[in-house]
Amino acid sequence: MSEVTTTSTVIDIQGLNLSFDQDGRKTDVLRGLNLAVGHGEFVAIVGASGVGKSTLLRVLMGLVAPSAGSVRVNPDPSAERPMALVFQDSRLLPWRSVCSNVAFGLEKGSMTRAARRQRAMEALTVVGLADLADRWPWQLSGGQRQRVSLARALAVRPSILLMDEPFSALDVSTREGLQDELIRIWRQTNRTILFVTHDIDEAVYLADRVVALGGKPGEVRAMRHVDVDRPRKRGSAALDDLASEVKADIFGEQARSGDNWVI
Amino acid sequence: MKNAVVRRLLPLIGLLAFLAIWEAVPRLGLAQRTLLPTPSDLPEAFLRELSNGIWITALGNSLFHYALGLLVGAGCGVGLGILTGMFGVAEGLFAWVSRILRPMPGLAWVPFAILWFGVSEAGAVFIISIGVFWIVYFATFGAIRSVDRDLVEVAQAFGFSSAWERLTKVMLPAATPGILVGLRTALGQAWMSVVAAELFGVSGLGSRMMQASSLLATDIVVVYMLTMAALYGLMDALFMFSQGRLLRWRPS
Repeated sequence: MSEVTTTSTVIDIQGLNLSFDQDGRKTDVLRGLNLAVGHGEFVAIVGASGVGKSTLLRVLMGLVAPSAGSVRVNPDPSAERPMALVFQDSRLLPWRSVCSNVAFGLEKGSMTRAARRQRAMEALTVVGLADLADRWPWQLSGGQRQRVSLARALAVRPSILLMDEPFSALDVSTREGLQDELIRIWRQTNRTILFVTHDIDEAVYLADRVVALGGKPGEVRAMRHVDVDRPRKRGSAALDDLASEVKADIFGEQARSGDNWVI
Repeated sequence: MKNAVVRRLLPLIGLLAFLAIWEAVPRLGLAQRTLLPTPSDLPEAFLRELSNGIWITALGNSLFHYALGLLVGAGCGVGLGILTGMFGVAEGLFAWVSRILRPMPGLAWVPFAILWFGVSEAGAVFIISIGVFWIVYFATFGAIRSVDRDLVEVAQAFGFSSAWERLTKVMLPAATPGILVGLRTALGQAWMSVVAAELFGVSGLGSRMMQASSLLATDIVVVYMLTMAALYGLMDALFMFSQGRLLRWRPS
């Protein structure tokens, strides 16, 4: 695997601590987190729920301020935005048509209405939903809604795509279809992806590198490169072995014997 | 099949029966016709009011009071509701004030309306707008407060960080159904206030009714009562139509 060099590092997190004040008590969420992500890399972050995976994405987005440490983002200069976020539950705005939802992020800026619509249609074509541009969100299936949410993020042409368990609420076949499509879009658009999931099999299937978070407060337990060429085969021995190792990273050695890699 | 037809006809049958009983009571001498005009007296009374131009003038005046009162009351209600719904400071500042002022019925303001504005259009508009204000204010406040925080986060994630952007991009569209519920209630409430405000002499449907009743022209009183009912029905239908267009994004 390619080494991450400083020149191509788009995300550089060092010594990140995060704590919240809850009911007058300080709760630590993340501790001493270091992470560097290279340009064009697909990095998956796995860990049990409550370990601070989603919070990490919100820190990157600037929606939550870190308590200590530094977060540096060096977006690819050819991108229009540093990053865009795809939420777990698609979070489409129900009063906007599919096309208008995809154009939402573009309204921050000086694009004309026609240009926004054109850009939105391009993004919808990438996710294969151009035909549904004039539908309302409630008329879509869960998988379609998540594609629209992906298109909304792609439309602003971000350097980094942050994805917060985007497929976890979908049924297996829809999820697998979208995983393959995400890989296709990633290769086609040359973006960096930071993909949060609690599904270890999903993480090793998709990513170049898997970062295991564990503990309370959450910290990086291990990082593993996935040295398997694409297209990958689901459930292959190489991916399964890696999934067991990641599980052991998170829970310790005894967890290897379990047969369910979904945390 | 036959049952369905009968069921459809039931409201019409009920209405006809109602009119028949109403017609019969004065004719059978159970009530004086001057105190209870019969339905058959009404068309003629209506034509009289129409031909001398009084009906259309009164209607125009009342619609003017109604529209202006609704606009002022709803405008202030939506504005303040957004402010208190979005900002805790505004909510806190207004909490007790609203608790004191809210229970006062619009009509309790009549003495002040007369003192401040005289028996004038402005006085009528003032009274109408007070009733409308509270309904729309509480509907807006509640609707803004219950906007899904997750959707607000979407706006922030895409760079809409100012309060104005949050409002226009997410909170206001999300709150629109709730605000419209309040507006519809206000639409009816405002009609009642129109009559009340005009009973004190500001010219319009209400004042014409009072004039007619003092002359014992009860048929004319009933003509105006029916006019109000018809207008309210029309307003409500117009409102439902525009609401349907405004909320066409919702599953029907």
